[in-house]
Amino acid sequence: TRYVWKSLRYVKIKIRYSYHSIISLIWFQLDFWRGVTDVHSPVDVRVPSHSLQSVKVYLETLDIEYSVMIEDLQVMLDEEQEEMDSALRVVEPRDTNSFDYSRYHTLQEIYEFQDMLVAENPSLVSKIVIGQSYQGRPINVLKFSTGGTKRPAIWIDTGIHSREWVTQASGTWFAKKIVTDYGKDPALTAILNNMDIFLEIVTNPDGFYYTHSSNRMWRKTRKPNRGSNCVGVDPNRNWDAGFGAPGASNNPCSETYRGPSAHSESEVRSIVDFVKSHRNFKAFVSIHSYSQMLLYPYGYTRTPAKDQAELHSLARKAISDLATLYGTRYRYGSIINTIYQASGGTIDWTYNQGIKYSYTFELRDTGRYGFILPANQIIPTAKETWLALMAIMDHTNKNPY
Amino acid sequence: MATGDLNPNHYPAQRAAKVVQHYLNTRHGSPFRLFGLHSVENGSAENVNDTGRKYQLGLTVHEIISNTTLNCTAEVIFPDGAEQQPPVVQVSCEDLSKSNATAEEEAFYQQYKSNQSLVSAQNLPDSYGHIDPDKKPFWHLGIVASSFVMLNESNENTLYNMAQVANITQLATENEQLKFDSHILLHDMVSQEILHWKLLFTWSPAEGVEVQDMEQLRRCNH
Repeated sequence: TRYVWKSLRYVKIKIRYSYHSIISLIWFQLDFWRGVTDVHSPVDVRVPSHSLQSVKVYLETLDIEYSVMIEDLQVMLDEEQEEMDSALRVVEPRDTNSFDYSRYHTLQEIYEFQDMLVAENPSLVSKIVIGQSYQGRPINVLKFSTGGTKRPAIWIDTGIHSREWVTQASGTWFAKKIVTDYGKDPALTAILNNMDIFLEIVTNPDGFYYTHSSNRMWRKTRKPNRGSNCVGVDPNRNWDAGFGAPGASNNPCSETYRGPSAHSESEVRSIVDFVKSHRNFKAFVSIHSYSQMLLYPYGYTRTPAKDQAELHSLARKAISDLATLYGTRYRYGSIINTIYQASGGTIDWTYNQGIKYSYTFELRDTGRYGFILPANQIIPTAKETWLALMAIMDHTNKNPY
Repeated sequence: MATGDLNPNHYPAQRAAKVVQHYLNTRHGSPFRLFGLHSVENGSAENVNDTGRKYQLGLTVHEIISNTTLNCTAEVIFPDGAEQQPPVVQVSCEDLSKSNATAEEEAFYQQYKSNQSLVSAQNLPDSYGHIDPDKKPFWHLGIVASSFVMLNESNENTLYNMAQVANITQLATENEQLKFDSHILLHDMVSQEILHWKLLFTWSPAEGVEVQDMEQLRRCNH
């Protein structure tokens, strides 16, 4: 049985399981069997608290001895998180004006930022939980809207690959930028008076947590793979666009593992469901790092996108605007020509859904620091990228379809 | 595979140009001299007699520490074959000698040659992109040493950058060189994999970096 977590409240139980293979300590998934140790050792299992009663009944039916070890894992996890945070203890920001945009933040800090931003700007910003990550974390999207119903909309996501830290950091800055500039910057005000902006800052929260707690270079989701010791699926190879074609791996140990099926990852499925039910997205921008590129479809085929000419010239405009700030040089073009063949990618799917202005960014730098970009480059990166985003959003607003 | 004139902004020319960067760092890199690919201006590729693929490139490179940009022309040959063989590189850059850092290199060399204790550093940069200023030359040394590996491992389907120096530890020596044992993380953009390598290498201002031993660390996946 697969358990769907509604919250992170779990109970840990110890099972004495005498005749069968032993499951070694399993965290976060009941159906994942890893590394048999020996036949007579007990096994520790994590159970969602709402299922505890049924699990107990089930074990009793099978005559399996168990004992409840920890009543509420959340408390333990919180304490663990507290320990990690205290190493870098800083004063908690009281509002989004005292939030330090020039530092990298934890998942908890970004989620708190989101709530503060909504609380400070209730008529402009709301938070929508579009789904849950594999490990049960909420997937939050900020909606920036000045009214209307299902207005044409722009989507921006950051952090789909968790190690690309400058992207989540930039997404946080973009959120603040939008509320600051609405009513002051004519271009943004015009856009928001006509369209909605949806911003998903931490698109892969399990991966992001893992980059803080365990492995700074983690890219994928954190879902285990049946029959393998390797964890995770590449969420940018999991979309239903050229799924199964060259440009992704079918090996679970690979960083570009496409997953068992298209949209198998809840982090991807949540966006798919949201976009399909909204039906009125006109632009979709998915932000990665590094390489300094602005890319449009396709990644899975050399066949040019129908709107290639327009996408190419808009990309040229966007990156020349970007360069005005610090001279940062970007390359641009289709994914398959500019960087590599990649199948199952986000913007190939969104483009095929009819969202014409579908773009992927690869932010700073070009390899010197790579994924571990110094924090003092967060704000310059966010600022220059914003100019490119404004070019895309402005064009989208002025060219309805 | 792309043949004839290449679009300099597309990946075939870019991957070949990155190889030139690695080559320049192996030949001319030091704790105070490091090259980065700046731009590809033009390129062409051709098949060579069933033995490999030859790229001709016009490119600019950036000497990072002195912040100077140099024009270069280069030829990169990727040998054919089932097994990885290092590409063969020829490059000529204008004013290569201009970006000299002899004074800093000598001072750094003397400091660590005569130091009582052996230096050791980890996580360059750390998760937040930070490197202590006095540790930066070790980060640069890591980049230079790993350029030997990145050069050896490059082909038309790779694009390597060094991701992080996990550990660099000075070892005692009887001779003139400084000697280091290191654990370095490389990133291949095409496969997106992080590769772990152990590198044993020496450096002196006169001899530059020489790699004595390199070994890929195979990791069990988590």
